Amino acid sequence: MNAPLNAAPPVVTFPAEQRCLNVEAFSLAYGHKPALKALTLEVPRHRVTAFIGPSGCGKSSLLRAFNRLHDLNENAVHQGRIQLEGDDIHAPNLNVSELRRRVGMVFQSPNPFPMSIYENVAFGLRLERRLPKRQRDDIIEWALSAAALWDEVKDQLHRSAWQLSGGQQQRLVIARTLAVKPEVLLLDEPASALDPISTLKIEELIRNLKNELTLILVTHNMQQAARVSDYTAFLHSGELVEYGPTDQVFTNPQRPRTENYITGRVI
Amino acid sequence: MSRTSHRRRWPGDALWAWLCAGCVALSLFMLATLLTLLTVKGLGHFWPATLEELTLRSGEQMIGQPLREAPMPTGSATERLYFTGNRELTGADWRWVGVDEIVSAATPADVIRLERSPWGDFIGRLIALELDGERLTGDSAFDRISQLLALPPSERSGELVLLSPSGRGLVQPLSGVNTFVAPNALSIGEKTAIWGQGVWRFLSEGPRAANTGGGVWPAIFGTLLMVILMSVIVTPFGVLAAVYLNEIAHQNRLTRLVRIGVRNLAGVPSIVYGVFGLGVFVYGVGGSLDQWFFDDALPSPTFGTGGLLWASLTLALLTLPVVIVATEEGLARIPDAQREGAVALGATRLEMLTRIVLPMATPAMLTGVILAVARAAGEVAPLMLVGVAKLAPQMPLDAEFPYLHLERKFMHLGYHLFDSAFHGDDVEAAIPLVYATALLLVLIVLVLNLTAIFLRHYLRRQRGES
Repeated sequence: MNAPLNAAPPVVTFPAEQRCLNVEAFSLAYGHKPALKALTLEVPRHRVTAFIGPSGCGKSSLLRAFNRLHDLNENAVHQGRIQLEGDDIHAPNLNVSELRRRVGMVFQSPNPFPMSIYENVAFGLRLERRLPKRQRDDIIEWALSAAALWDEVKDQLHRSAWQLSGGQQQRLVIARTLAVKPEVLLLDEPASALDPISTLKIEELIRNLKNELTLILVTHNMQQAARVSDYTAFLHSGELVEYGPTDQVFTNPQRPRTENYITGRVI
Repeated sequence: MSRTSHRRRWPGDALWAWLCAGCVALSLFMLATLLTLLTVKGLGHFWPATLEELTLRSGEQMIGQPLREAPMPTGSATERLYFTGNRELTGADWRWVGVDEIVSAATPADVIRLERSPWGDFIGRLIALELDGERLTGDSAFDRISQLLALPPSERSGELVLLSPSGRGLVQPLSGVNTFVAPNALSIGEKTAIWGQGVWRFLSEGPRAANTGGGVWPAIFGTLLMVILMSVIVTPFGVLAAVYLNEIAHQNRLTRLVRIGVRNLAGVPSIVYGVFGLGVFVYGVGGSLDQWFFDDALPSPTFGTGGLLWASLTLALLTLPVVIVATEEGLARIPDAQREGAVALGATRLEMLTRIVLPMATPAMLTGVILAVARAAGEVAPLMLVGVAKLAPQMPLDAEFPYLHLERKFMHLGYHLFDSAFHGDDVEAAIPLVYATALLLVLIVLVLNLTAIFLRHYLRRQRGES
């Protein structure tokens, strides 16, 4: 039996000290087209949380709301509240650039800048403050190592980033984001444009990174969500249908719609 | 049934393909013809042509360079046009001779041709060189003359004693001689050297004889200076306007309207820009400037007349749409992922624009500017209203303070072409120079376009695009 959509969805909650992001009745619309409808959920610190759902369900919109990328769209209007470590990210006195440095984002297709590998990773650092070259080099080495790319590119840091393979480019983008030491890393289908080997490398990277930061992953790939995430949220038509520990969502979904989606049946 | 007929190739297919290929071939053929015509007629002019000495049926002797033949107005005979020079003796530089009137023709090696000012070319024989009371003849005279001609005209002394084909003698001071050749005695190598000198003089000297002789250097210089000034004005304007339209403005009906307007500005006839420049820049702004700053020179205008600055501004306005459209296309090609990537790293919109978007759009901007330059270099009509001169007495850039004289009139290749073709008093003499100037103009535009292509390739390769 389908439970009515307006019934309170089965949602996992966390004690206040474990919450990294806190979404309260957040709605987002592009013009008159609603993308998110009064969503409420909590994202735990230093865990991997996956957002799954059919195309157009709002999972990418929610992800982009976390570092206010929807500001770029002049038609976007929002309601409700998102807090990052207790700070309202829409507060008028908040520095958006600062927020975006705290919440890094990796996009679906690799988007390295048309400059050298070194300059790509240094881009965010140069925006922030002037660092002595020595210190900058150290951060760049650290970021490339953290993104498991250092060994492959350490001899060619001044080569154009556009000459790297797709998988290397995506890891470079992750390194570029890590270099500004974010607290949260948003990944918008980071492996959907990559081959299986590169996908595995990215997934391994995600598992290693969760010791240091909070990761949120949007994916179309059920197996990927099951492999890497600790918690999974299932969204549909801009609403949260179900949110819980990944094992539970995949083995024992509470809602028939979740079950239909993850088993590949038409919803 | 219907399926098979649908699958069958249209019977006119081959014809259609041939028609398209034919159009391409025709365009290529016309382009090749144009370039060949300009090259042969323009560059051939500097080749020291063989001079023929003729004996006519009337017993008259004449020497000239055969140019072309045409049928006689009456009868079936043909006549031939000769360049004979010696304007002061015969009254004309050119002479039509009926082919059947020629009794004998020869190409003697001692015939000489010299270009003088005044009076244009002399064709005849050298009798002697008189220098400091000394009289040189033969090879020693030839050697001495070429030494003396290497000096500037004011430092030359000596006089040439010449004999015209009709047997009249005349004396020509060396200071008035520009070139001296004996074309029939030259080897191919020597002719090539003289041809090279001729081309170089054409490029490096000023015009003579009311633009029907001499070189085009002031026109090249004026064109380049005007185009550089124009680029300096149009580039920042065009780029900033394109950035505003594409990156900052809300994309709504008004932006679309502005965009259509900008694109249509490119189609406005250029003479209209000339009228605008004359009314607004020359009379409006220039007239006011004169009243405020140069009133002691009034009523003779300083900025209130056509000049380099107004011409550059007018052409900047004319080429603004080209730069805007090219830059906008470059900006539109940059994927949004690049912009979002920069913003997601904490870049403000200004940082995103200056560090990612504008560097990526640089090749497109360069293309726009060079297309604008190519257009401006060939534009004539508006310049006639806002500052081009048939013959500018002073260069707009010289050693006199403030070095760059924005109020001065200047010469321009396109206008020079028009002027020498239609406003000279000796059309026959101007024809080869018109071809040579046209070739130069085509070459300048070609070089500019090639520069644009190579720059774009270079910048793309540097970024790692293939």
